[in-house]
Formats: sequence, structure tokens, C-alpha cells
Amino acid sequence: MVEELGSNTEGDLIINVGPQHPATHGVLHLVITLNGETIKKVEPHLGYIHRSIEKMCESLTYRQFIYVTSRMDYLSSHINNHACALIVEKGMQIEVPPRAQVIRVLMDELTRIASHELWWGAMAMDLGAFTPFFHAFREREAINEIMEETCGARLTMNYMVPGGVLEDLHPDFQRKVKEFITLYKRKIAEYDDMVTGNIIFQNRMKGVGVISAADAISYGCSGPTLRGCGVSCDIRKIYPYELYDKIEFDEVLETAGDSFARYMVRIREMNQSIRIIEQLIDNIPEGDVQAKTKAVLKLPKGEFYQRVETARGEFGIFIVSEGGTNPYRIKFRSPGFSNLSALDHMARGSKIGDLVAMMGTLDLVIPDIDR
Amino acid sequence: MFIVNYIKDVFTALKSLAIGLRRTLFYFTHHNEIITEQYPDNRATLRLADRFKGEVVMPHDANNEHRCTGCTACELACPNGTIKVVTKFDITPEGKKKKAIDKLVYHLELCTMCNLCITACPSDAIKMAQTFEHSVYDRSQFTKVLNNEGSKIMEGVE
Ligand code: SF4
Ligand code: SF4
Repeated sequence: MVEELGSNTEGDLIINVGPQHPATHGVLHLVITLNGETIKKVEPHLGYIHRSIEKMCESLTYRQFIYVTSRMDYLSSHINNHACALIVEKGMQIEVPPRAQVIRVLMDELTRIASHELWWGAMAMDLGAFTPFFHAFREREAINEIMEETCGARLTMNYMVPGGVLEDLHPDFQRKVKEFITLYKRKIAEYDDMVTGNIIFQNRMKGVGVISAADAISYGCSGPTLRGCGVSCDIRKIYPYELYDKIEFDEVLETAGDSFARYMVRIREMNQSIRIIEQLIDNIPEGDVQAKTKAVLKLPKGEFYQRVETARGEFGIFIVSEGGTNPYRIKFRSPGFSNLSALDHMARGSKIGDLVAMMGTLDLVIPDIDR
Repeated sequence: MFIVNYIKDVFTALKSLAIGLRRTLFYFTHHNEIITEQYPDNRATLRLADRFKGEVVMPHDANNEHRCTGCTACELACPNGTIKVVTKFDITPEGKKKKAIDKLVYHLELCTMCNLCITACPSDAIKMAQTFEHSVYDRSQFTKVLNNEGSKIMEGVE
């Protein structure tokens, strides 16, 4: 390892963080070159949870490959599934019934909140505050319960299928979602009391891990990481899919580009998601939840691309089809991978203690980075 | 001036900490806000959602009859090769050969609970069960035969 890094000068210290480290939230391995306490270089090493998902998908049919994508970014599994369903629908020109569209958007936004809740808890825990983690899980549990009732699973739902959604909503769905909104509004003030306003937290976040808009773009960052630099990049706004062009919501932007900006983007995004849910929850049209599709799905010959906005950024699927029942080539563009690549740039010159804070605000989900 | 700012900082800091601690004290004194599930002590009353996908099972009726025709649609729909349908030929009273299942082998360890087999089954022979305590001592215990010993197909299911 030491030889490989080459350019180290005398006195540099090389330490490994991970792959078994509580702050990396998974099997991420960082090789850090230190000069005293100052970070000179951060090198992520991937491959510990590589499951060759892209290759696997090439041997699965267009119905089957969807469930694999739940296992990539497991916190945004609905949104990943959504992208898969959309690309198949786009290729085969399937019309999705309006009820299914509304259900899909509702599920996406609930997933986004659940994902940000988990991130918030984990982020505070990285910085040494253990209690917020449990508070975040309380709200997330309410969403998980809703998911469990309607989709039958808490994490890997596999609820979106080409042409609509798997089953109709559970009769309790609307009531439970409204209950959740009330709970959320009651509890969100706690988040500011406990973490956002906390002086220790602010001192550790403000001005830490700064990245300029130009650098963030050149690293391919997306989602809250890029919006924290003030760049408008919400796929729901720029390339609207499903119902997003008909719904009122604001794209959240912060300009500082530091860890605190990324933190605030996510917190404010949760409120926007609530706003979307409030618009839709009472207006779910009646009707089918699945369009009639052929038993065997075949995409026409050609190339297809579909992007969606997951909780972490832009998720894209590229499919090359030869006209058969399975994709000839499939490529996923995962937000986590590009966001992680900016970590080195952010961390250079800062202290090792801040590295965990930076990683926390990138909201890394390792299976998403390492497919 | 520096000293004044410093003291101001100390006071804002203390205030923010106190606000945070107020929450802790609130939960310390409000026990009904606690939502912890007392698992496994509450096992007797714990009920999962009806749609919870825990395991694929094949329901049998009182006469030990199931609805599976052995069409292998579930086997083909499964992305992981979890289900293996082993068929045999029954001789009907009229002396004709009829295809039926011998065994429907299900590998729980390979199953991802994706529901594709259930959707694919044309005769509603399989469904998801709400079990979740799946730990066993040996891997071989995960391989299950879903149809009961000596079971046969229901009248009228084609
Ligand atoms: S639930 Fe999915 S993985 Fe499990 S047996 Fe059915 S099709 Fe296969
Ligand atoms: S369970 Fe259903 S799909 Fe599978 S072989 Fe039996 S009838 Fe066919």
C-alpha cells in the first residue's frame, strides 16, 4: 500500500478507515494520508460489496430486474424501482393509470422523507450525539409501518412494476399518512432544538468541507450535495417525470457549499416532500393501479435513458436493447459514487476529525456506490 | 471587545445546550411518548401487516388439498431460481395420464420476497406468509417442500 501511493513524504502517516468502521456506514474503505492531523489525501477503495448488479440485470427479464435495484440504494428503493418502471414504460409506450401515478409520487416522497430521517439520525450520531438517532427512527418507523401495510416490506419494497404498482393502497393508507404528517409537524421542531441549533453541531459543520459549485459540477455531484452549492439540479424540476410538473414544490437551494448547507438542504427538502404529500393525499383518483401489459415484456431495439431524483441525487438507468426479453447492456448512474469522489477534494487540508462530518453530509449508502 | 464577544458566545452556547436538554427531560418525564416494541416479550400479541412478505407458502384446505397444477409459471418468473417444481404423472380414473406436482421445492435462503411468483401463479396456489423469525441452525433447513405429504390437487382447479 505504501509503495502504491508513491508521493508520500517522510513523516506522513497512512491510516485505513474501514471497511469495518462505524462511521463509514457500511463497507467503505478509505485510505487516508495524514500529515499530523491534517488530511493530505483521501482515497476511497471500493469493491467490498460489489455484487455485479449491472451484469446480473442483463440476464434478467424486464419484470425481474426491478427488484435488484432495491438492493442498490436501499434507502431510496422505491425511487430506484420507479426509474426502472419508467424506462420500461417509456420503451414500450405503456400508459400508466392516473391513480398509479399519484401512488408512485406519494411513495417516492415518503421514501425521501424516510431516507432523510435516517440520514439525519446517523449524521448526528457520527458527530457524537446519540439521542437524535432514536428520534429520527421514531418518525421513520411511522413511514416504515405505512410501507409495510401497503407494499408488504419495510426496506426493499418491489412495489413499482412496469405499468403501475403491484397492489392497490391499503384502506388505512390515507389515514396513516395524515397521522404521520401531524406527527412530523409536531416533532420537526425538536430536530432544530436538538441538532440544528446546537452550538457544538454548528461549529463542527459551518465552513467545513467546502466545495465550490464549479468543483462540485466537475466531480459530477448531484442532489443535496450540489444544491448545497447553489446549483439548481433537481431532476424533478428540470426533467419532470410522472406528475412532478403538475405539483407545486420548491427546489431547495443553499449557497455556502459547506457541510451545514448540505445539512440544511436535506432538512428543508423534507418539508417540501411533506408539501407534495399534502397536495396529493386527498386527491388520489379512483381507478386501476396497473395498466394491462403483455405477459412478456420486450423493449424495442434501441437505447433508453431515464433519470430520477433519489434522496441522494440523480439516479440514471441506461439500457441498450436488442429487442429481446432482457437488456443487452444496462448501466446505472448512481448518485453516491460521484458524490463520494468529491470527498477527497473537500477533505484536503482539513483535520481528520472533520472527515466524519463531511462523510455524513454526503449521505453515502455504500451498496449504491459499489454495485 | 474580544472579551465581550467571548462571553456572549459562551452564553449562546449554553442556551443552545439547554434547549436540547429540555427535550431530553421532556421524554424523561413523558413515558407515553415512548414507542419501543418490547420484542420478544410481546411475541404473543405481535401481528405483522397482512401483506407482509415473509415467506412463500402453499395453503392447503382441510382435506389436504392444494391448488397447484404444476404449470411451473412461478419457477419461470422467479429471478433467483428459488422455486423448483418437480412434476409427476397421475393416472386419472379414466386411465389418462395427468400432470401433477410431486414436490414444490422452495429455497428460503435464495428468496428475495419480490412477489413475482405469487403474481405469476395462474391458480392462486401460493401466497406470502407473515412469518419473520427465520433463523435456523443448519442451512439445509431452509430448503422446504411447500406441498404437504400426500396432498393432492383440489377438484376443479385446472
Ligand atoms: S418471492 Fe421472488 S424470489 Fe421468492 S420465490 Fe417468489 S419469485 Fe422467487
Ligand atoms: S404454484 Fe402456481 S405457478 Fe407454481 S406450479 Fe403451482 S400452479 Fe403453477
